[in-house]
This record gives sequence, C-alpha cells and structure tokens, in this order.
Amino acid sequence: MTQTFKMDEPLPRLLDETRQGLIGTPMNRPDGPLKVSGRADYAADRLPDGTAHGVLVRATITKGKVTRLDESALAGIEGVVAVLSGPNFVRNPAQGMAGESPVQPGPRVDYHGQPIALVVAETFEAARDAAQRLVVEYDDAGGAEVDPDSASEVETDDPDATGDWDEAWGRAAAKVDVTYTTPGQVSAAMEPHAALAHWDSGRLTLHGSQQMLRFNRKELADAVGVDPSEVRILSPYVGGGFGSKLGIGAEAVSAALASRDLGRPVRVVMARQTVFDAVLRRTQTSQHVRLAADADGRLLALGHDDLVSNLPEESFAEPTTNASQFTYGAAALRFQQSVARIHRTPSGSVRAPGEAVGMVVLEAAVDELAGELGMDPVELRLKNIPDTAPLTGQDYSGRRLADCLRQGAERFGWAQRPKAERDGDWLIGCGMAAAARKNMLTKAAARVRLTGAGAVVETDMTDIGTGSYAILAQIAGELLGLPESKVEVRLADTDLPGASGSGGSFGAGSTGSAVFLAARRIREQLAAQLGCEPGELTLQDGIARGANVEKSLADLVQDELVGEAEIASGEAAKSHLSAGWGAHFCEVAVHAWTGEVRVRRMLGLFDIGRVLNRKTATSQAVGGMIWGLGGALTEELHHDPRTGHIANRDLANYHVAAHADAAGRIEADFVDDRDDWANPMQSKGVGELGISGSGGAVLNAIHAAAGVRIRHLPATPDKVIAALEAAGR
Amino acid sequence: MRPFDYTRAGTLDEAGAQLGKTAAVIAGGTNILDLMKLQIMTPERLVDIGRVPGLDGIEADGDGLRVGALVRNSDLAADGRIRAGWPVLSRALLSGASGQIRNKATTGGNLLQRTRCPYFYDPAMACNKREPGAGCAAKEGVGRMLAIFGTSEHCLAAHPSDMAVALRALDAKVAVRAADGSERTLPLDEFYRLPADRPDIETVLGPDGIVTGVVLPAPVAGSVQAYRKVRDRASYAFALVSVAAVVTVEDGRIARARLAFGGVAPRPWANDAVTAMLEGEAPDDALFRAAADRLTADAAPHPDNEFKLPMLRRTLVSVLRETTGLAEPSIGTDRTDAAA
Repeated sequence: MTQTFKMDEPLPRLLDETRQGLIGTPMNRPDGPLKVSGRADYAADRLPDGTAHGVLVRATITKGKVTRLDESALAGIEGVVAVLSGPNFVRNPAQGMAGESPVQPGPRVDYHGQPIALVVAETFEAARDAAQRLVVEYDDAGGAEVDPDSASEVETDDPDATGDWDEAWGRAAAKVDVTYTTPGQVSAAMEPHAALAHWDSGRLTLHGSQQMLRFNRKELADAVGVDPSEVRILSPYVGGGFGSKLGIGAEAVSAALASRDLGRPVRVVMARQTVFDAVLRRTQTSQHVRLAADADGRLLALGHDDLVSNLPEESFAEPTTNASQFTYGAAALRFQQSVARIHRTPSGSVRAPGEAVGMVVLEAAVDELAGELGMDPVELRLKNIPDTAPLTGQDYSGRRLADCLRQGAERFGWAQRPKAERDGDWLIGCGMAAAARKNMLTKAAARVRLTGAGAVVETDMTDIGTGSYAILAQIAGELLGLPESKVEVRLADTDLPGASGSGGSFGAGSTGSAVFLAARRIREQLAAQLGCEPGELTLQDGIARGANVEKSLADLVQDELVGEAEIASGEAAKSHLSAGWGAHFCEVAVHAWTGEVRVRRMLGLFDIGRVLNRKTATSQAVGGMIWGLGGALTEELHHDPRTGHIANRDLANYHVAAHADAAGRIEADFVDDRDDWANPMQSKGVGELGISGSGGAVLNAIHAAAGVRIRHLPATPDKVIAALEAAGR
Repeated sequence: MRPFDYTRAGTLDEAGAQLGKTAAVIAGGTNILDLMKLQIMTPERLVDIGRVPGLDGIEADGDGLRVGALVRNSDLAADGRIRAGWPVLSRALLSGASGQIRNKATTGGNLLQRTRCPYFYDPAMACNKREPGAGCAAKEGVGRMLAIFGTSEHCLAAHPSDMAVALRALDAKVAVRAADGSERTLPLDEFYRLPADRPDIETVLGPDGIVTGVVLPAPVAGSVQAYRKVRDRASYAFALVSVAAVVTVEDGRIARARLAFGGVAPRPWANDAVTAMLEGEAPDDALFRAAADRLTADAAPHPDNEFKLPMLRRTLVSVLRETTGLAEPSIGTDRTDAAA
C-alpha cells in the first residue's frame, strides 16, 4: 500500500506548477501561539495521577565500579519510594540513528558524572534530596586518562588522500601550516531532557523529548528488553535538540525501568547540571591544516588532520574534515583522523557535527593563505571552486557557492569595507568565510488524509523548534490546494508512519518529500475522479479543476482519500554530491586595551535549493550564525584536569552567546534555487548550514581589525590580549 | 532541597530573634535558593525579611544617601539621584546578572552573595568554604574565575559582586544590625573578611547579624566615574576583571583617584599604594602603566588565571585614560556635576 520512492533521478518541479502559493512564504508556525502561551505540553508538563518522581544520581569517580548504594542516609526523608540501578541502566544517550540500546555498563563507571542510579519519591523535592544524600561506595580504579593531548590510547585512521603531496607542496608559492584548537561544547537546549513513562498490560508509553522517534523506539525497547512493537513514544513538542536528543538517554530508560518496577507512572527530568554531565558533548578538537597554492592562488595541496576524543566503545568521531573534502579542490589532498580514548562525558553529534568546528578552522586557514598571497579572500575562494568533487569525482548537484560569495560581498559592501579603522579604542575590521554542509536524504514515511473539510498529515516526524508543523502543512496545502487553516499536522507519535526524525538538517527535505509524495498520490486519485490526467489537475482554495470540470473538494471527496508514501535515498546520492552552500561576512570591533570582541554586523547568504518557509529558514540560518559566533567567541567546556568532570555545568558559566553578543545587525538570506538532484521538492537542508563557517568569518574579522590570529578558540579577551602583547601592543 | 522552616519577620527585632547558626536570611532569594536546591547551603530555617518596613527606601543621609537593604538592584540602578551623583554604582549594577535577576535581587543580598567557584558548587569536590577543613579542590583544578589577590592556601575564591566594587570605590559603608539591636556602619574592607584559614566566614556579620543598608558619602563633585567589566561574553557573565573608578582632575592634576577592582579577590579589592602614586600627578600614560604594574605586583595567580594580570593592568590604564581626559569617555564613563 505504501509507495516507496527511491531518489534516483530528478522529478519535474511540481511545486512550481501548483497554485496555492504556500511554499516559500514566511508562514507562521501553527504551534507558535501554544508555545508562547505555555499551552504546548512538553514531556515534563504531563503529570498523571499517581506519578512518582525520579532524580538521577551521578558517579563521582572517573573510572571504577559502584560497590554499594547505602540508603541509610535516606531513612528520615519522607516519601522515598525506591533507589534503582541495575544492568539495564544506560551509560549515556544512544548516538544518532543507532537503533539499539546505548552501552549498559552495569556497575562499571566510565566517566565522572555518569548516571548510576535513580532515586524515586512521591515528590520531586524528596527525590532530589534523597539523590543528593545517597551514599555511593566505589571501587575506584584510579589512573583514568582524561586529557586528549596526553592520552595513551589514540586510534589513527589511514588517511584519505589523493595526488602527490610532496610534489604539490614543494612547488607552492604560498603555504599555510597551522594548528587550531576548539574546545568541548554542548548543545545547551533550553528544555532539559525529560521523560514520563508508564506501562499498561506490558506496553510502554513514553512521553519524551526526542528528535528521532523511529530510532528511539528501537533503542528504548532494546534497553528495557521488550519488542519495539510494545513501545510507543510521543514527543509532540521538543524545546531544542541540536543533536542532544537524537538518541534515547538515561532519563527515558530509567523512567521506563522504574515505572515497570513500581507499577506506576514515573517522571524523570534532568537537572541542568545533569544535562551537562550525562548528555553527549561535542568533542574538543586539535586540527592541523596545511594549504599550498601557486602564485595565482590556485590550491595545490590541502591537508586537514584532526585529533578528537571519545570514550572507549563509542563509535562516534566528530567528522571534522567533512567540508574540507568537498568545498575546494587541489592537486593533492590529505585527511586523517585520530581519536583519543579518554574518560570524559562521551562525545556525539552537536549541531553540524564536523562542519561546525572543522569549517571554522578551514576557513580561518584559507584566510591566512589569502594573507600570504596578498589576495582578496573572496577572490581566492572563487578561484578554487572545483568542477567535480575532489575525492570522489562526483558531479555536484545545485551549487550556487560562487553566487553566494559574489552577491554576499556586494550586499555586505565588501569592497568598501572598513580596513584598519578605529572607533575610539575599538579596532574595526571585516572578515568572511564560505559555508558548506552536506545535504542528505534519509528514509521517511508519511500519510496524508483528505476529506471534504481539509487534510491531515500524519507522521512520527518531530518539530524541535525548527518549524516542521508549519512546513509540512505548507507542502500538503500546496499540493492539495488548501489554505494553511485547512491542514492539520499530527507529529511525533510512533503509532504514525515512521519519519526521518530531526537531525542532520535532513528532516524537512526527507519527511517533507514523503508528505509531498503522499499528497501527490491523492492528486492522482482526484485527477482520476475528475477524469483528467494528473498533470492537468489544478487545485486551489479547495477547488479542483481539470478536463473542463470544476468541483469543490467537499463535493469531490465523499469519504476520505488517503495517500501514504515513503522516500529513500537512491542513485542520486551516488551520482551527485549534494550540499548547502553559502558565504558569511562579518564586521567586528576589538577593544585595543581589554581584548573584548563585539560583532557589529553579519550577513549570511545561502543556497538551500528551494526555500520551503522563508521565516523558519531564516530563523534557522540566523540561529546557526549566532551559534557560530558564540563558538568563535564564548563557548567552552572546562574539564577538571584530574577527573575530567565538566566544571562549568550551568548556563551561567557555560557561555552560549547572549543577546548582547548578537546585538549587531545579523541578517540571513537565500539565493532561491532548485536542486533537482536533492529530493522531489528540489530543497536542501538549512538547519546546520548557518553555523558552518560563521565562526571563521568572526576570527578572520578579528585579524583584519587587530592584526592578530587567534588559533585557539574561543577568542576570549585573555587570548586577544596575549596576542596583542605578543605583537608589542 | 532539604525541608526547612520558613518564617516571615515583621520587624528587624523579630528577624534578629529568629536567626542563629542554623538559620539564614532570605530577601530576593536569587542566590540562596540556588544554593539550597544544590544543598550547598542547608539552613534549617529561612527568615524572610522581605516585608520588614523601612528597608526598601533610598533616603538622604547628610549630603549622602542611605540605601535600604531591600532596595532592588534594578531600582537602585535606575534611581535619578544615584545616576547623577554616584553613576559608577548604577553602571556596576547594570553590568551584573540579568534583568530578571536584578528585578528580584536586593542591595543586602548582593553584598552577601556567595562565590561562583565551581568547586564550591560541586559537593563531590573538596571546598573549605563549604566544609571547613575539607581542603580546596580549586588549587589544582579549573581556575579561570578565581582570585589573584587576598587568597590563602585554604581558598582561592573570588567575590562575584559588581555592585560591591563600585561601593568600594565610592567609600561607602555597610550598615549592620547586631543581635542586640545595635547598629554600626563599616567600610567594605572591614565588613568583608579575607579567607585566611576560615574561608567559610566571609563577613563580620555573624550568625545573628543583618545588613540593613548601605550608606553612600556625599557625591564627589566634578568627578568622572567609570565601571568597566571585562568578561567572557557581552552580558550575563561574571567579571574576569572589573575596575571601578571615581577620579577628579583639578588644574591638570589628579586630585583624587579612588579605585576598586572586581573578579580578582575575595572582596572588592583596593590598593592604597596605587592611589598614592596617582594622586597629585598629571595624567600620563607612563604613570598609568606604572600604577598598573604596582597593582599587580602582589598578585598570586592560579596557573589558569595568570591572564588576569595583563588584563587588569590594561583595563586599569584604559579606565584611567578615559576618566582623566587622555581618551574620549566611552559608555560606562560618566561625569558628575561640578557642584554637588
């Protein structure tokens, strides 16, 4: 019954033929009023009668074993129900799209902050008190390695390489050979991780805060030892994910286990400190970039090697060199990754894994090369856009990188930019960077039901604040000729068709394509009823026209028409390299005495193929640019050098960019395109493109303003001062 | 959070009678509630002084002002008299916390807020301030935000207040009510203790004492005042270093230079030798650099915060340049009326 479509070849641009006019408009989110009035029920907002409250207990050693949980200190606390631990407890969240339980270490402790037990009580207050008073006895193994730079266990891949490196490097007219470092970071989603679990006749229902329900269901089922068909997960509203809710984690598994043991609903909400401790961080990186060019600025050699970190047994390694492998071409290329195995909170996907930290460094290094060559950095980039993907030889799908660079420069006023100007004690300068982020299409299914009254979209896709509710309504409304008010979108329930979930910037494109295909099936049925070819059918404002017949949908649809479809990646992903592209331009002020950096204005111009919703796409892009700015200037995890434990475990001390950091004029816009090889809608992902490279533009602007290169992020005032003093200023 | 008794005091006498070693005062609650949730502080009783009459006003006190302990940070910062005569105080307040927190936080509570040393906030790590005699995990730990002056081998924590730094530069006094109902006013250097071997005892207040207000001396006529805070992001971050300055230049010479420094010590830091170097001299970059060098000569940094020395020196030079007319004043630097 379900139509599965494999993306092998481009489809006709149906969205350019339809008449409703919803696609691309800045339509408001239908869920917006609920969210701003506090009526959207997030996972922790539900509290059925009889719910018990669980609070996670963290390990306070780095490596060893829990030998005993001493509950004697809890005797005086009223309402303590149980202290739970055991073989099903998980060490950390599942990595994205794992589809199986994360590591279940039993009594073993692998990092300081690992969740090791759940205290359940009648009230949240009692549970928290008991969790803090519980005495945990350990067998401390000691000697755990927590520093990636001195780790004894480092796994190094064989390099991905092409060309004759020594030859290319040897004949270069200009070279850059630099090492940059980026610190550990976290997703810092506003909503802490939360779960409410209850069991009914052996069937588990979990209200959680998750990004990818199709996978989360399998992960949770595996963790608690039941068949996935016995698990239902609902996540209708998610207060930010950024990768931190890709996989099932300790809050959900412990709530499910406790609820089963106790025979009542159990709610577990992570404290902010626990979110820092027990949710996957972004690894710190050390990146060695080598660039060589001829006198005309053509790249001869491009090398990008990294050192990242993770716990033993965790498969994820930050793909730092992603964009370096396909953005520019060179005769010789070399990419090599090393993973240090250390006992810190494990690492995983945080917004734009790879590009977010890799492209900052690549783009800063390209700026350094422009300096060596005495060449305009926009010009240098334009000169090095390859004809085909350098490592794979693939054709590119839509790629308006050159337009983004040229048009962005024009709109920013790059040619007339302030150079080495002063405003009082502030030094002014501008920098730029390219943006690139791989575009992916993943398996996704959706169902669309059409009645005379309107349409309903059903899929287990999530909306993590990105705008899925709006975009999917726009797609269905556009194809079925219905205004937004006539389309209802039901999301984030595993009883509905399994979608892509939200992650990797592929949600709107993948699940949106499934909705598109499902609605297209309904169009075919409507055409048959009207007696015309689907290509002759016009649908607008509830009226169907075709074969010289005009009928309202209310007359045409007696009962209900159902379309269900699934999309999957196909030959197009092999024949073509698809990516989002863009260019960032930034003006900063650097205080000559205190080293403070303020971003005065920033412009990002992006190619994301067809824009589905101008408002939500702009919000995604601007949000990403600001995050990139924060990565360049403020964000940094501090780890205790002895235990590896995160020392700055709250939002007062872990510095995401605040409003005042983004107080300048920050604008994003799009070169409207059609990427025929990307998906049936010709759209591409936007969520992670804005952060890709934006920090590089900030660093390059600092150099233009103050003449110093900050190679160890973030560029906090102390580092700027040290660089200024080293330069005798 | 552990269960606790809550009492609401109608008068200072009532509040004083209910205090003691296992009790704590609550006013705005912006700090103590966090500390109680994390069980860093576990008072058995909270005495709420929030409705005690007479503590929420700003009133004339001779040529100066008396600011009640319950005056909100946002109200104090916005007060027209403060902005005109003591603008450094307004600037310091507005550089602290967030709008929401300033709307709740009080003058007395701001003075008494606890350090943000990460080891004080983590019960799994040793902290002499939290548990006397336990040791100090910060010494070999993460030290970016720690103090460089006035520390001891038992504690490296910095005081986080911005407001108190401005008060120190203004030579303000803290009004303290003792258990017997008597009141005295103390300069900040006498109100705050240095940690020595008892970092848990941060002030001379004692378990029964209550801060009732702050007394500002007469405004310094014709002064230029500045609060400059350098931090890891543009707002809502504690100071890496901060400088409060109240400077008067007369006849081409620095007549008066009251300076205080934040983010660098267990209390608002001041250095008389630096002031002595500046007063009576003509403003000059070389003089400012020498004064800054003098200031950091006695610093004892943690390996993670050696950067605070050049940062403090440069920030001081920048502030002195602006307050003495060598550079154009920027936002945060204000001139007061010549006639008070």
